[in-house]
Amino acid sequence: MLSFLIRRLGQSLLVMLAVALLAFSMFRYVGDPVTNMLSQDASVEEREQLRESLGLSEPLYVQFSTFVVQAAQGDFGISYRNQRPVSELIAERMPATLELVAVAFIISLLVGVPMGVYSALKPHSWLSHVFQTLSLIGISLPTFVTGILLILTFSVTLNWLPSFGRGEVVSIGWWSTGLLTASGLKSLILPGIMLGLFQVTLIMRLVRAEMMEVLRTDYIRFARARGLSNRAVNFGHALKNTLMPVITIIGLQLGAMIAFAIITETVFQWPGMGFLFIQAVSFVDIPVMSAYLLLVSLIFVVINMIVDMLYFMLDPRLCADRGTANSH
Amino acid sequence: MNNNKTNSGALLDVKGLRIEFPTRRGTLTAIDGVSLSLKAGEILGVVGESGAGKSLTGTAITGLLERPGRIAGGEIHFNGQRIDNLPSEAMRKLRGKQIGSIFQDPLTSLNPLFSVGRQLIETIRTHTDLTPRQARARAIEMLTQVGIPAPEQRIDQYPHQFSGGMRQRVVIALALCVNPKLVIADEPTTALDVSVQAQIIDLLKTLCREHGSAVMLVTHDMGVIAETCDRVAVMYAGRLVEIGPVQEVVKHARHPYTRGLMGSIPKLGEEVEHLVQIDGAMPRLSHIPQGCAFNPRCPYATARCREEKPEFANVGQGEVACWLWDGVDPATDPDRLFSNVTLAQRARQQADGVGSAPKKSMQACEQEV
Repeated sequence: MLSFLIRRLGQSLLVMLAVALLAFSMFRYVGDPVTNMLSQDASVEEREQLRESLGLSEPLYVQFSTFVVQAAQGDFGISYRNQRPVSELIAERMPATLELVAVAFIISLLVGVPMGVYSALKPHSWLSHVFQTLSLIGISLPTFVTGILLILTFSVTLNWLPSFGRGEVVSIGWWSTGLLTASGLKSLILPGIMLGLFQVTLIMRLVRAEMMEVLRTDYIRFARARGLSNRAVNFGHALKNTLMPVITIIGLQLGAMIAFAIITETVFQWPGMGFLFIQAVSFVDIPVMSAYLLLVSLIFVVINMIVDMLYFMLDPRLCADRGTANSH
Repeated sequence: MNNNKTNSGALLDVKGLRIEFPTRRGTLTAIDGVSLSLKAGEILGVVGESGAGKSLTGTAITGLLERPGRIAGGEIHFNGQRIDNLPSEAMRKLRGKQIGSIFQDPLTSLNPLFSVGRQLIETIRTHTDLTPRQARARAIEMLTQVGIPAPEQRIDQYPHQFSGGMRQRVVIALALCVNPKLVIADEPTTALDVSVQAQIIDLLKTLCREHGSAVMLVTHDMGVIAETCDRVAVMYAGRLVEIGPVQEVVKHARHPYTRGLMGSIPKLGEEVEHLVQIDGAMPRLSHIPQGCAFNPRCPYATARCREEKPEFANVGQGEVACWLWDGVDPATDPDRLFSNVTLAQRARQQADGVGSAPKKSMQACEQEV
């Protein structure tokens, strides 16, 4: 397992370096930063001086290694637009995004998994048909449409929930949380549903398909033939086997939710990283964009590692340490 | 219950079992009027080609028939109780505790994510009041009985750490761990290496004798049947064609299909140029011929065989469903009967010139006997 872990770590580092190269080349190809930073009537000497002080006259590989070293220390430079360190901006916005994603993720698991299990166990019941239809709608409706419909219904018409922002937040150290105030919690509901809805339908369909597959296997039939109770068979034997492949997808989806909370954050004016990114794009704020790119890929890499570790914990077949297969 | 006579001494009594699969193109009858019984402690072999309905019969007895398949007729009695119409919860309590099952493929029968011990203990605790510790002791004892070395260590291992033969031993331990009265073993050795097959069959036989369990052994291996079973039931296209004591059926088969099956076993030490085989293939469920299902492949078929379905008749110590035996003294030696039939067929052929006339060979045979 250890060697596997080390290999995975090495692969992850390679992935991160490749992404860093992409992020780095953004600076080069989206115009000359010196032109962006100086006024139009700056002299050639001034340009050269700035170029020198920014390290832009160094060979490319030196510049890249400096970029990597700084990024590894959390230094992504100064935002062009806000004139503040990018790391500070992101640290400020991260809690909002993570809380939103956590809420959406919990919604999608708590709703998606039971729905999937139910419609796998009772594929012919009317409720399963309702779930199937709903999931079809959920999977094909663009998220911004559901978001706008949610706002229309619950904010505009019923006036139950706020239509934008995080509400009141409480600061715990550098982390600002909306989970401790009533208005913060209320503000989380609609964006949480919007972000989670697609995941609910995805998880439901995935769990349903996987579980129906598992229920047909010999070991489930054998478990029934041994007279185990339906509960033990369905929730003990079948569910655990169902969740094995589902975990991979759920893990990747968690990464995707963090990365693509952009749309939800835009619709709800949510002060998170996605919203920051969208603003950065419209101002060609390259340091912010490249930092976001690196951060998102880091999140994906870390989640993938965690999923792999979970596999080791859940599937004894992967754990070679527990004793070698005896083939006689 | 109803006026059907019940075979009171039998542990398992299946009467006129009929299993249907409704499909878009009409109803398929997969099992058609199968009747068989098992006494306590008896080993009954069920043989037939693939698709003859052997496994399906076993599945129906355990009440695990999957939709859309359904029992459309007949009754199953177990230990004096009718079980084919039991509520699912009552049937579940019977499964595992009274009726154990062994499946064909040991590689897929065990849940890969649970240790062998957990699966054993879970089964034991479902059917008994043992404490976890007692159940574990019982599980270790079972593993010892099925010949797994170092069971105290092996019990915490996972299925993938066992070889195929060892896994089938675990499956047998699972099937027998609460002393069921009946074990339905569905081709328990088909997926195993030839070298392991004999060990597993031997183990199964010994253990069931020790535990006093009756066994319904589904297989298509006639060698296994001959060595293991007390009685044999031969199935063809969802019907029972012959049933009787193993020596009778193996040595003096009374149904043309059984004779074909026996003839197709190559014997060591005998030079054979061609392996004997039964021409043709078993009909698909949707195209079961009228009359006797075997008639298109039967060298002795007559017009009656093509029209009327043969009834089960007592012959010798067994029963056979074949018109050849209709009106014949049940004590007749089958070898003589069949050679007479062949002679009569030849005589008819010679008289008629070319082309056989099976229609008349039947009567000819009856006259000769």
